[in-house]
Amino acid sequence: MIIPAAVLLFFASAGIVPGAAGRPVDFLLPGSLALAVIASGLVNLGIATAYERSYGVLKRLGGSPLPRWGLIAAKLAAVLALEALQVVLLLAVATAVLGWRAPSEASIGAFVAALLLGTLAFAGLGLLLAGTLRAEATLAVANGLFLGFLMIGGIVLPVDHLPAPLGSIARILPAAALSDALRAALGSAPSPEPASAFLLLAGWGAVMAGLAVRTFRWD
Amino acid sequence: MTAPPALELEGVFKRYGRRTVLAGVSLAVHPGELVAVLGPNGAGKTTAVEILEGYRAADGGTVRILGEDPRRGGTGLKARIGLMLQGGGLDPRSTPRDVLRLYARFHDGARDPAELLATMGLSAAAGTRVRRLSGGERQRLSMALALVGDPEVLILDEPTAGMDPEARRTTRALVAGLRDQGRAVLLTTHDLGDVERLADRVAILHGGRIVAEGPPQELAAGTAARLRFRLARSLEASEAAGLTSAVAAESPGATLAMEAGGAGGAYVVAGADPNPAVVAAVATWCATVSIQIVELRAAAGTIEERYFELTGDEEIGAVA
Repeated sequence: MIIPAAVLLFFASAGIVPGAAGRPVDFLLPGSLALAVIASGLVNLGIATAYERSYGVLKRLGGSPLPRWGLIAAKLAAVLALEALQVVLLLAVATAVLGWRAPSEASIGAFVAALLLGTLAFAGLGLLLAGTLRAEATLAVANGLFLGFLMIGGIVLPVDHLPAPLGSIARILPAAALSDALRAALGSAPSPEPASAFLLLAGWGAVMAGLAVRTFRWD
Repeated sequence: MTAPPALELEGVFKRYGRRTVLAGVSLAVHPGELVAVLGPNGAGKTTAVEILEGYRAADGGTVRILGEDPRRGGTGLKARIGLMLQGGGLDPRSTPRDVLRLYARFHDGARDPAELLATMGLSAAAGTRVRRLSGGERQRLSMALALVGDPEVLILDEPTAGMDPEARRTTRALVAGLRDQGRAVLLTTHDLGDVERLADRVAILHGGRIVAEGPPQELAAGTAARLRFRLARSLEASEAAGLTSAVAAESPGATLAMEAGGAGGAYVVAGADPNPAVVAAVATWCATVSIQIVELRAAAGTIEERYFELTGDEEIGAVA
């Protein structure tokens, strides 16, 4: 819960981010929001589900009248609730502490769309891991990916600043797509090409969710 | 029973790769009946149960619960079935109260969680996290989960495993009560006490097949009844021959054998029905030779013997 907010405050205050134009918070707020989505979907949901699977909780639920979609809907609702809290916290921190104001280009619709698509991608990835790997492996991989995305996902460091081969890879990963999409939605300057970010993000969402559904094992 | 079966396996096959785990298993459980499935580990008990529960698909044959395919039945069918899984499937951080309340929400006609906790003797532990519960308490919670939806059909996988004698007795009484109420109960077990006290019928599963099935007494009687006795001392060869003649005079073809194990002096008469005349022959001979009979048993065989006969399983036993 607090990691994205901590990241936002720390990097904004420490002045580490090379803000191209605009202030650090314009870059960091969308980045922290992306981190919040990743934390909720990949780390939180992924690891919790992995352990539920290893304890046999999912299998037991499978024998009850709760329908499969009911379980998934409940988990999604939990993820979205967690994200909503984090969004409120981050916006509060950005506005109150760092003086952020939404520019006129900001679009609530695009903002929500970016969050939802990002949730699909990262919750999908979390469930993909949880449904196929042993719980300990999911724990390690989810945390590892979280750190990796923090570094190369355009969260605190613009992707342009990454050395060449890493930068090219980073650009097509879902984290960069999400943070770019959020940047576009919040009207951060320089605003990146929004359409490609959203498309890439949607593509990842479809792939992750699809793979998760195909490969999930309840026991 | 004229009611259609509540649970039915017919000619069920299951293979994992090249290994055939179930090779044509047929079994039916009717409402108001309790059937116990007995078998060594690896015999296919768990697989058969998981197929019934709908977790796995059979490769051949039919599976029906309350007339429907458990894999297609949907949530309406699931609401009428109570499962007790091995290992419980409990989240260590949850409490019995939490878990029962949650599962009660899945059913329309659920039993009251507090009442169910009391019935299972878990009221005191209702707020304790599962990871701090004893093995017996976890088993009881697992049983409570099977009961929360007031199901017509119960599938219990080793329901008394790991329980202390008191919990075992309570559970058996509970399960028998459920059967008496007209529900259909299928349970798997390693515990012959469960079989003897609870089962209307027992099916012995071995090597993927049901090798024996019927009321426990019938199965036990299937072992040839024998006269067993223990004398104060072992017999000399000539004495043994004398005793054998005495018994054979009463029941032609009977033979005398030393019972393996024990401290000697233990014998079994094979090939003769242990009727009073045969018993008298043994006793008369012992009187003539002045050898004390320490112990004598003429009962029919036990399920245990029959089970060993059929499976050679080392792990079974009557726990209590």
